[in-house]
Amino acid sequence: MEGKSMMDTNAHPDRYSLNKNLAEMVKGGVIMDVTTPEQARIAEEAGAVAVMALERVPADIRKHGGVARMSDPKIIKAIKQAVSIPVMAKCRIGHFVEAQILEAIGVDFIDESEVLTPADEFCHIDKKKFKVPFVCGARDLGEALRRIAEGAAMIRTKGEAGTGNVVEAVRHIRTINAQIRKLQNMPREELITAAKEMGAPYELVLYVAEHGRLPVVNFAAGGVATPADAALLMQLGCDGVFVGSGIFKSENPEKRARAIVKAVAHYDDPEVLAEVSEDLGEPMPGLELERLESRYAERGW
Amino acid sequence: MKVGVLAFQGAVREHINMLKMAGAQPVPVKKEEELNDVDALILPGGESTVIGKFLRETGLGKIIVEKAKNGMPIWGTCAGMILLAKKIVNEDYVHLGLMDIWVRRNAYGSQLDSFIVRKPVPAVSPKPLELVFIRAPYAEKALPGVEVLLELDGKIVAARQNNLLATAFHPEVTDDPSFHKFFLEMIPSSK
Repeated sequence: MEGKSMMDTNAHPDRYSLNKNLAEMVKGGVIMDVTTPEQARIAEEAGAVAVMALERVPADIRKHGGVARMSDPKIIKAIKQAVSIPVMAKCRIGHFVEAQILEAIGVDFIDESEVLTPADEFCHIDKKKFKVPFVCGARDLGEALRRIAEGAAMIRTKGEAGTGNVVEAVRHIRTINAQIRKLQNMPREELITAAKEMGAPYELVLYVAEHGRLPVVNFAAGGVATPADAALLMQLGCDGVFVGSGIFKSENPEKRARAIVKAVAHYDDPEVLAEVSEDLGEPMPGLELERLESRYAERGW
Repeated sequence: MKVGVLAFQGAVREHINMLKMAGAQPVPVKKEEELNDVDALILPGGESTVIGKFLRETGLGKIIVEKAKNGMPIWGTCAGMILLAKKIVNEDYVHLGLMDIWVRRNAYGSQLDSFIVRKPVPAVSPKPLELVFIRAPYAEKALPGVEVLLELDGKIVAARQNNLLATAFHPEVTDDPSFHKFFLEMIPSSK
């Protein structure tokens, strides 16, 4: 049987396939940030496909300032107790000990997240050493493929978390899509040059050129505040959506959560989208990007 | 032969690809018109709480129950097995409540307990199949009338009851279409 992951140089060969496939199972779903067991139950009841257990949502991390770290394991365990859907939790970029702790308490997925203050400016976590799956943020194809090379089982756009402004998430998915299309049209001899230029492993570049998609599931994240935002990112080709502050910082979290879940499942049906967008109360307050003190998306490389 | 894949959430793409490999015409199903157009239906893996909610809210669940009672072949994988069950252990609700099995959700634990085994399933394939269990359920009990296709450590992980098929694992994420072919043979017009 498999030993504790930190002792192994690499987890069991079946592991990566199992972890990529857990990400496949949450496709078409909404993953919601929650800070209490009560919120987790509201999210599950509203149709969340998984929850992200946190001490503070990104909007509050922004307000609070200072160093943002992994949440108290006690909070994560209480949230795990409260729901039957998968529970994710965030660790800092490069902080492999926070990741070891999250694995030890049995979370279903770790988000190595730029929303927390990075612990290492040179290295991301060697995710292949772990048994638990990881999701990582990316702004472009090279960044996505570097994270996959490190062992990420799922990718999400970085967007700009805690702003309620979808513009960066749109920029990131459009960038990735455009880069994929470009690779698909390249003659084979140019792909090695493309790999060199985007700083990504050649084998992964080849895979993308041949299949026209990333080898793992790609969700949208960072700034989703309305059902229309979520459907926009789905129509742009994302496999599902993370909603951070957008739900529990809005006037009516329960109703908005339900609406966003429906919007993701029916993303290509404007009649359903019109129906679910009605009478949701105030969304979370939005922030213009020019006025931000720090851009989370610029963290990591 | 048109085979629907319930397409609200989950491993829809994988089933669609597999159905093509097995020689059927796949149809993603979210609406009544789409459901009325298919000869059989697959309930994919995903989160049963989410898919079950859509079945209730859209009214599609009731129509599926009717169609199942009229003999339409329906196959549930993982979450789909939970949707089919007549009893969910430790819960006071059921979804479609069609199949005489008692299912336990997340029966093996968290993602760290997900696993793959390679085993033949005699009714389906004599050679070992890759059986992928992801936060999987199992059936603790099958009532008379249910044919158990595979047990693993005393737990029921594949079963058939007339036109209904349930697997706790995910044949759709492998390269082997044996299970999909087995399901296609359950469609009356194919014989």
